[in-house]
Amino acid sequence: MNIEGKKVIWKEYQKEIAENDFFYVRSCVRQSFFPGSETTFLKILREELGKNISEHPFHTTCTGIAYHSDIVPFETTMTVIARQFALMTEAGFHNYVPSCITSFGMYNEVLDTWHHFPEVEKKVRRLLKEATGKEFEKPKNLVHSSDIIYKFRKEIAEKGKFRLINRFTGDPLRIVEHIGCHYAKIFPNKGVGGAEYPHVLAGLIEEWGGEVIDYPERRHCCGFGFRQYLVKANRGYSIACSQKKFESMKPYKPEAILTNCPGCPFFFDRWQYAISEMEGVTYGEDGQGIPVLTYEELAGIVLGYDPWDLGFQTHQVPVEPLLDKIGIPYDPARKYLGKNGENIGKPEIASNLKFCH
Amino acid sequence: MGGKKVAIIGGGVAGLEAASSLAAFGIDISLIEKEEHLGGHVSQWDRLFPSRRPAKEVTGHLTGRLNEKVTVHTGTEVQKIERSGKSWDILLNNSATIVADALLLATGFELFEARKKEEYGYGIYDNVITSADLEKKFARDGEIRNAQGKIPERVGFVHCVGSRDEKVGNLYCSRVCCVTAVKQAVEVSEMIPGCEVFCFYMDLRMFGLDFEALYKESQEKWGVHFIRGRLSEAFENQDGSVLVKVEDTLAARPLKMKVDLLVLMSGMVTSSGTKKLVDMLGLETDENRFLQPADRQLRANETGIPGLFLAGTCTSPKSIDETISDARAAALRIMEYLNLPAPTLTPSPNWGRDGEGAGTNNQ
Amino acid sequence: MPNFGYTISSDRQIDYDSNDRRIARYLAEHEPSFLVCFACGTCTATCSAGVFTTFSLRELIGNIKRGEIRNIATEAEKCMLCGKCQLACPRGVNTRNVILNIQRALEACGL
Repeated sequence: MNIEGKKVIWKEYQKEIAENDFFYVRSCVRQSFFPGSETTFLKILREELGKNISEHPFHTTCTGIAYHSDIVPFETTMTVIARQFALMTEAGFHNYVPSCITSFGMYNEVLDTWHHFPEVEKKVRRLLKEATGKEFEKPKNLVHSSDIIYKFRKEIAEKGKFRLINRFTGDPLRIVEHIGCHYAKIFPNKGVGGAEYPHVLAGLIEEWGGEVIDYPERRHCCGFGFRQYLVKANRGYSIACSQKKFESMKPYKPEAILTNCPGCPFFFDRWQYAISEMEGVTYGEDGQGIPVLTYEELAGIVLGYDPWDLGFQTHQVPVEPLLDKIGIPYDPARKYLGKNGENIGKPEIASNLKFCH
Repeated sequence: MGGKKVAIIGGGVAGLEAASSLAAFGIDISLIEKEEHLGGHVSQWDRLFPSRRPAKEVTGHLTGRLNEKVTVHTGTEVQKIERSGKSWDILLNNSATIVADALLLATGFELFEARKKEEYGYGIYDNVITSADLEKKFARDGEIRNAQGKIPERVGFVHCVGSRDEKVGNLYCSRVCCVTAVKQAVEVSEMIPGCEVFCFYMDLRMFGLDFEALYKESQEKWGVHFIRGRLSEAFENQDGSVLVKVEDTLAARPLKMKVDLLVLMSGMVTSSGTKKLVDMLGLETDENRFLQPADRQLRANETGIPGLFLAGTCTSPKSIDETISDARAAALRIMEYLNLPAPTLTPSPNWGRDGEGAGTNNQ
Repeated sequence: MPNFGYTISSDRQIDYDSNDRRIARYLAEHEPSFLVCFACGTCTATCSAGVFTTFSLRELIGNIKRGEIRNIATEAEKCMLCGKCQLACPRGVNTRNVILNIQRALEACGL
């Protein structure tokens, strides 16, 4: 494989990412799946990088899941999004940063629609005004939160206390990167590096000392989607998508999976458990599974934050082996003690997947 | 009579044929070619469809027909073109100036940059090559080995790379890639006995007279497999082989397979030489950036500008025989424009054979 | 194992590398015109059996060439050997001989 060929493509897909003054909107579900991630993002931006990032307590979902499941019509989605922009305008910001990849895709889709159909934008302004009395300006800069971590990856590396290196062998850790579908597949020029060879996560891994692993099914969707898994009986093909990816990456022996979407890490983490129960197959070393991380969690590790503050106790595939490899200290006894020191409960032991209790 | 001068920009098939056709009537020709050699793309190829005759036969015939009336300027580019009255002043990059009564553009085509189809990984995966790369292997190496130095057991050809594709802005068909793929499939099968060859096509454009016979031969004699469907992606396996995913439209199911070498049939695009002249002369191009003649059926060699003519693939993709015919048509049009009477031709006993011209000029 | 309520879906891609193409090779050897079929469908369009059954010679030949041989015996049995396809084929494929050789191919390959 000729990495120079990829670099040429990365150069062609560069986008502008704002320097400061961000308006942050959270994801509907990330807080439940990966509780530490969004908090860590805010902490890194405010405390490590000294940036001005604001959230509005009245912001809502972008209705992405509902829109993609045909529950909410496009007009409603556009109006809700318009309201989000109105909140941004009222707070005095121009740089909009969603935490969720689907949101990012939705905002791009809506802005693109308004660009091609100005009469629709006019209508949405009218609808918003009638419903809430609000007016909005379109954001000057719209990027995903992983783009911001990408932009400041060098600064994070400089402040970092750990590198992504296996301290026992001295080799860089082999990490698979997986980009959420809505990041670049719909609008390739809105993704750093484009859709075929995205660089937003690869850049983080490279900068922080790891080795990026490429494998045949890199482009395949993890299976999250929306409409097909909302009904439990349909999840067969969602899990099959993730399994296809696992089977494809297995020969390359990855030591971690890095993702930037709410759904993807959730699926990769939980489906490894489900597959281990259904088929008795595990994918990591020694029956432990391949740990799945969000980019905030990875940044948090590099900066030396306490793993339990990052939310690793909620991962079904244990992250402790990875932490041991890097040499990050953690107190196993505190794993299931919550923020106030009370026991949050231990999960059941899986049949085939090795947990760290 | 005499003293009429024509400048031809482009020393490929079209430029060469137009030059010799005009020179046979006693016209002074300045043939300007930016590469060091004449013959354009054909000079880099091994064998030509459908007969698989050596390319050197064709380029040798074309260059052999040039007579003393043709002044060849290889390794030379045009810097500036100005019109003074009815004549053209052409400043070359070696500071020489050519004055001509008529100007013919034969700036040809370039191959589509296959790396722009990112999903096929050209320039990233070592065993993904273009048809031009393969032709070089035939011409220069006389054998085919993949990036690992191994003789491939399976070769795949991908049709329509950079053609008929909205994503790269080329809506047209490049015409000759299908038959080239079939030709190369046969050549690979000949060179490597037992090699399995696959052509992934959308439509098979076997428009020329013997092309269908070549297609049948490829199946019957060489067992080439044809899978109707477009490649969605290619990827490199750990051993360097290429995993391809294609829709087998006739089975209505996606298909995946491993090949040792993947050949991309890159289409024709307008050349950088043409682009330069478009800017210099304010020429009209069509939506696919090929030069737009005054009328594609009735005045295919003329532009809206009197004294400025077009020939060859700079106006649209063509095969070699079509380019030669087009070049001769352009030459005739130029003759009409220059108002030269047609000379009385005494057919030479070697009429039409290599090395001899189109009869003698009684001037 | 917990009752998940769903099972992992299977892959419907044609896995060319894993498929068994011995039937195709047998047919190519015993009826060489099998190789020049270009899937135009003229045979299937005129086929007597195709009007009333699922039989499609175009599809059958295509499947054999890909190594998708699961139910080729059942399908081939539907052919009446009436010869309309042979009459119509523009490529000169000896379609009746292809059909007759399918059973022999399956036996020769131990299937």
